Amino acid sequence: MKLPRKDILGLKDVPRDEIALILDTAESLKEISSRPIKKVPTLRGKTVINLFYEPSTRTRTSFEIAAKRLSADAINISTSTSSVVKGETLIDTAMTLDSMNPDIIVIRHGASGAPHILAKLLPQSIINAGDGAHEHPTQALLDMLTIRERKGAVEGLTVAIVGDIAHSRVARSNIYGLTTMGAQVRICGPAMMIPRGIEKLGVSVFTSMDEAIANADVIMMLRIQFERQNNVMFPSTREYARNYCLQAENLRHTRKDVLIMHPGPINRGIEIAPDIADGPHSAILDQVANGVAVRMALLYLLSGEQE
Amino acid sequence: MKLVLKGGRVIDPSQSIDSEMDVIIEKGRISGIERDFPQKESGTGVRIIDCRGMLVVPGLIDMHTHLREPGFEYKETVKTGSDAALAGGFTSIACMANTDPVNDNRSVTEFILRQARAADGVHVFPVAAVSRNLEGAVLTEFTDLLDAGAVALSDDGKPIVHSGLMRNALEYAHSLGLPLMSHCEDPGLSTGGHMNESLVSTELGLPGIPAIAEDIMVLRDIAIAEYTKISLHIAHVSTAGSVRAVRDAKARGVAITAETAPHYFSLTDEALAEYSTNCKVYPPLRTADDAEAVKEGLKDGTLDAIASDHAPHSSIEKDVEFEYAATGMIGLETSLALSYALVHTGILTERQLVEKMSTNPAAILRIPKGTLQTGVDADVTLIDPGRTWTVDTSLFRSKSRNSPFQGWKLKGKAVMTIVSGKIKYDER
Repeated sequence: MKLPRKDILGLKDVPRDEIALILDTAESLKEISSRPIKKVPTLRGKTVINLFYEPSTRTRTSFEIAAKRLSADAINISTSTSSVVKGETLIDTAMTLDSMNPDIIVIRHGASGAPHILAKLLPQSIINAGDGAHEHPTQALLDMLTIRERKGAVEGLTVAIVGDIAHSRVARSNIYGLTTMGAQVRICGPAMMIPRGIEKLGVSVFTSMDEAIANADVIMMLRIQFERQNNVMFPSTREYARNYCLQAENLRHTRKDVLIMHPGPINRGIEIAPDIADGPHSAILDQVANGVAVRMALLYLLSGEQE
Repeated sequence: MKLVLKGGRVIDPSQSIDSEMDVIIEKGRISGIERDFPQKESGTGVRIIDCRGMLVVPGLIDMHTHLREPGFEYKETVKTGSDAALAGGFTSIACMANTDPVNDNRSVTEFILRQARAADGVHVFPVAAVSRNLEGAVLTEFTDLLDAGAVALSDDGKPIVHSGLMRNALEYAHSLGLPLMSHCEDPGLSTGGHMNESLVSTELGLPGIPAIAEDIMVLRDIAIAEYTKISLHIAHVSTAGSVRAVRDAKARGVAITAETAPHYFSLTDEALAEYSTNCKVYPPLRTADDAEAVKEGLKDGTLDAIASDHAPHSSIEKDVEFEYAATGMIGLETSLALSYALVHTGILTERQLVEKMSTNPAAILRIPKGTLQTGVDADVTLIDPGRTWTVDTSLFRSKSRNSPFQGWKLKGKAVMTIVSGKIKYDER
């Protein structure tokens, strides 16, 4: 099996059958991670480079584990500095890596569109592990896998995404993925964190969290991206938390089986109360586990190997 | 030696001429416009150029360019910029002050003019900075700059945020007879932005610059011009709101003039969909509604001039992540053809096009150009309106290649550029 594309740069143009194939494949690969010997030879001899220009714990580790469980050689390049600050341009770095003939390059970058530069330039498959405020497709895929596991299907569900939508690549990828798979998406946050024209992407927009989460099947809370704020967008975190921190009392008016998700890292007490993050509705750690499976699926499907 | 441009359609709005006539050039000056200049004088100290099917117009003027010298000679020099201008049909260009060092003192102005004389191409008219080092804090020495040869003042590239400084600059420039060109941008709304704020910026995840960042400063400048009763020129208008503001101000009798650039009516923010850094420009490419409003503004006279805002950058600044890329695109060699599309599509008449690319820029800059009147420097552009060509940046005279129009098929081209009676460019 193989995806009919070289790269995964985002979910904007990925059709339903491809998303379903990725999720099905992830589901079937998930079992490997619960074996005593968590390794299969599927991608033996393949080289995966994780090129991370932004700090990351879960995504980088998740990609590395995914590659290793498929027996690929995973190389991690981490730098918190941008290519410009470092002196070498992204294009020069890309050409340098290309000379070492890897098979797949995973890139995270603070600048939107950075993975597109590699995708245009290099013959390797490029996987976007998050670029600026643009997309984070593997996060949305693992979110959908989690929803599918817990709810049976994505189609027909109502998903409320709450927080700093303007700066969130997770929100964008989830909006594309979830709407493609047939979910109703609501987005919610203070109006200055709702990016212009987003309603044209087929979502409904709320500023009241209680209205947004009423009757929702899934609530997805987002982190405030302090590092992306050019100017202060709200008076204080305390003030933000008063309106947009998901707490026990907010859940009184939601469905009893509501699923609560968060892409992490969580800021306890700012966008989600600790007892909710750790409570029975929370799927936050399931998301992390599914991250490995989804990334294994992508590495496998982009390599085009037969099992 | 006489040069006779014979049989073309001569369009000179300054004299309300639009008919088939012969333009006669002697000793570097226009010596007359006649009907039926005798053909047989050829070979007797007379060179006759067959202009049938061509437009013969006063030399085009690009009132807004960046020549990058001194300081950024790897992007453009006065010489390469002048060559690019000639190929684009321009006989005069005004160059902005954001060089390194900034053109905020007479030595830089004189240096640019010295380089222009050495280049021996187009007439170069330096625009000097309003404030020292473009910092918007302390005025430059206007009189000294005027003496050195600056024709206008602008902090182009940066807005003058301090309204008091703007007012003082306008009043002082007026008392010296210097026009002032304003770059309208409210940094409180634009800082950190990389493209127009719209659905496209939302989809691309790029920080946006809202149209109101421009509109608000245009409205402020109109208020200052209205209050002081002094004329002011608005550079690179890109939004429907700015067009409306300028139109309303003109209707009230405010002495305001405005220019736009070809990219604001030829492209929209949709062109950024692939993170193309050659489409990164300030003010940013806007929506289709804005582009329509700009065309309407050109048609009804709200916008007086078309200027390229030629902004050369090398691959060092452009082959990087979008957010790190420098802003600006080159335009000298595509400006006329992109603007001529407005004639082909019936938005402008040929005469209006000549007004916006020659007559009006000369009037706004108060330079003795933009006319074919007897006695003036013989600056003439020959345009073949039917010439179709494909933009190939590898053939450009400019040192830089940052054009978003690479590969575009265009119709209309300058085929001969005559500066002070000398044929400086000829590709008939």
